[in-house]
Amino acid sequence: MFDLDRWREIFQAISKNKLRTALSGFTIAFAILLFTLLFGVGNGLKHTFEKQFAGDSQNSIYVNSGRTTKPYKGLQSGRRIQFRNEDSKFINEKFSDKIQYFSPNIQRNMQVIYGGEQNRYNIRAVYPDYQPLESAVIQDGRFLTYLDIERRSKVVAIGRLVEKDLFDQRSALGKNLNIEGISYKVVGVFNDPGGDNDERYIYTPFTTFQGMYKPNDELDYIGMTFSPDLSVDQAISFSNLLTKMLKEKHNVDPRDQGAIRVRNYAEGTKNVQQFMTVLNVIILFIGIGTLVAGIIGISNIMVYIVRERTKELGIRKALGATPKSIVGMIMMESIFVTALAGYSGLMIGVFTLDALGKTLEKYFILNPSVEIYVVVGATIVLIIAGTIAGYIPAKRAARIKPIVALNDE
Amino acid sequence: MIKIEKLHKSYPMGKDSLHVLKGLDLHIKEGEFVAIMGSSGSGKSTLLNIVGLLDGHDEGNYYLNGQLIENLDEKKAAILRNKFLGFVFQSFNLITYKTAVENVALPLYYQGMARKERQEKAMKYLEKVGLEDRADHLPSELSGGEKQRVAVARALATNPKVVLADEPTGALDSSTSDSVMELLKDINREGMTVFVITHEEDIAEQTDRIVRLKDGVIISDEKVNKKVNA
Repeated sequence: MFDLDRWREIFQAISKNKLRTALSGFTIAFAILLFTLLFGVGNGLKHTFEKQFAGDSQNSIYVNSGRTTKPYKGLQSGRRIQFRNEDSKFINEKFSDKIQYFSPNIQRNMQVIYGGEQNRYNIRAVYPDYQPLESAVIQDGRFLTYLDIERRSKVVAIGRLVEKDLFDQRSALGKNLNIEGISYKVVGVFNDPGGDNDERYIYTPFTTFQGMYKPNDELDYIGMTFSPDLSVDQAISFSNLLTKMLKEKHNVDPRDQGAIRVRNYAEGTKNVQQFMTVLNVIILFIGIGTLVAGIIGISNIMVYIVRERTKELGIRKALGATPKSIVGMIMMESIFVTALAGYSGLMIGVFTLDALGKTLEKYFILNPSVEIYVVVGATIVLIIAGTIAGYIPAKRAARIKPIVALNDE
Repeated sequence: MIKIEKLHKSYPMGKDSLHVLKGLDLHIKEGEFVAIMGSSGSGKSTLLNIVGLLDGHDEGNYYLNGQLIENLDEKKAAILRNKFLGFVFQSFNLITYKTAVENVALPLYYQGMARKERQEKAMKYLEKVGLEDRADHLPSELSGGEKQRVAVARALATNPKVVLADEPTGALDSSTSDSVMELLKDINREGMTVFVITHEEDIAEQTDRIVRLKDGVIISDEKVNKKVNA
């Protein structure tokens, strides 16, 4: 393979026949470039979707209550369903094996003051389990603990943007916030991949808040995550069962959609997964299509090249070139050109994606990029195709009698 | 050197076949300067192609340098061509993107000779045809006569047993024709067997022996009576 003389012959043929080299090189480079760009943009779309649904835990289930819309068992419609601590306990006991994290929740929009700054925020009274539910990440201090719950401590964990609003550049840690007349100590600051809204919450212990603002043992809603061992379908049947049992418990018509609402993210996950599958198939289809177009292109050009060289090949044969050396020469030339062109197409594609990356964000294309092995694989496929495409006409050319080739004009 | 016995060749033409060579017998000894003459369609080009191993024959025997040519595959034919035969074509058939010296060196490349040695040898043959100062020119920068001389140098480069020339002066004017013929005569004088195909009487007369072909058979085969130049 590594015969310096042979490579010299090939380099000369390549460099002295620029049009031919440019034609085949361009086809390959263009196919790989298109492939890279399309794949990259497809991946960008995928990334956008992944990010859109990254805000909350993908296995969250939220249970809300409302008013009944149907009369049932002698009860009128329009009756308000109120969750209580016993509902928390009931769910926890019945489904302990299916639940990973669990937290009842009370939410109020309240005036929050620190020094000269004030603003309205949603205060959420929760259990420590709520943190993974929201996928909140502590950046300073800590989140709420069970000790806080037990002691009904007046502490809060605040979102990054709350700290920014009220404390400007300073740290909020250890400072006291005035929330509608009551003072709470900031024990932690968190950020949340879900975005700005999720970073404007204030979390406080459930028990602290319930004691102050709710009569008896009422609560607003319940959040939980189902066990990661459950499949999407199992999770959906779990939440269906949960809905049914809660409706029974509160004497709600099974067909009543308003009184007890269970939102299972698994359903969304399922939809997203299906959408992603479709998107992947489309991307794959486009990729294969581009490759096939490239293969056809390079095959045509190889046929043309060999046709154009018929006379030269005839001369070489008359001077003593064996059929094998003719085939070898054409193939090595074609492999060299396709590999080089494929590589440049790949590089141009990768750099273009890199350069366009930011500007495409407003078109829902996030971080468009291609796994390097995918493009290298595609390039190799094209090289192999170019080789086969070159081999067939080269073989035929090598078989033509030299006298026929010499008379070719 | 070249011995042909009852050689037949026909080409398929659709359903029929065209019988081109009809039982030729020809014996060319080493060092001869032979011209094959005939009008177009007489079979002279076919004969050259068979002698040059560029095409196969149907019947009869062909001995090249004492070796019976039969069942020749492309690879063997290529090696024999490279070793025993040098070609000069009417249309020169130089490779357009190679310089004069690279064209002359090409058959040596197929012999597997080292690059430097090839280059030196090619230069030597270019000098022999008087074109050493045109070595680095492309064929497109050379005149017709110069191109043909490069082709002659290329034919000689492998030091073959026979030089086969197919209408070597067909594309040249009379004065350049003469210089190419002089070159072939020089080669022949040095002992090379030269085999020329032509339809021009005055070209044929410069050789030692004229074989006339008509409709695929030899109609005459005679020595040329050399006129002493006054």
